[in-house]
Amino acid sequence: MTALLDLLGAALLAAGSAFLMFGALGLLRMPDIYNRLQAGTKATTLGTLLVLAGAACLRPEWWPKLLLIGLFLLFTNPLSSQVLARAAHRTGAPRSPLTRIDQLEERGGGGS
Amino acid sequence: MVEGLLYLTAALGATAFLLALGRFIRGPSAADRVAAFDVLTIISITGIVLAALAEGRGIYLDVALVYALLSFLGVITVAHYLERSV
Repeated sequence: MTALLDLLGAALLAAGSAFLMFGALGLLRMPDIYNRLQAGTKATTLGTLLVLAGAACLRPEWWPKLLLIGLFLLFTNPLSSQVLARAAHRTGAPRSPLTRIDQLEERGGGGS
Repeated sequence: MVEGLLYLTAALGATAFLLALGRFIRGPSAADRVAAFDVLTIISITGIVLAALAEGRGIYLDVALVYALLSFLGVITVAHYLERSV
């Protein structure tokens, strides 16, 4: 039972850091700031949550703190990414030429 | 098997850190650098959790939580500053 849980935890850790690696690769390869933000935020959030789940499998007595870190990241990561994207849009960051629709600009600069 | 997977985890995490650091160095605009910084802090939180596992000390998880809080506040502050300085 413990060996099975160890194996599951190690597999979750490896999968999580693979997601982290692909997210960072997307951050390096994507053409403009908005694509970079969405690659860098979504993939790394999933990767960190998987790593936290794997750590909870390896050390079951740590689950409250790991759950707290996971919930905190789940709430704050999209928020910081959205604030950063809005700041980039307001400072007129260059868009990729493949971008066709900009609903924020159609509504007149977006909010407030 | 478990040992190999843990080494793979460490290698992939280090690769992720180096790739995000590449965008942090190259990044043409300040917003790119802040996005790369955000990703770097998320990878560092994972690294702290992995260090807690490797050392077997649960107190490092508190460090990870405070680090997550401070990096979130830092990114919000810098984004606010970028918006005001148009």
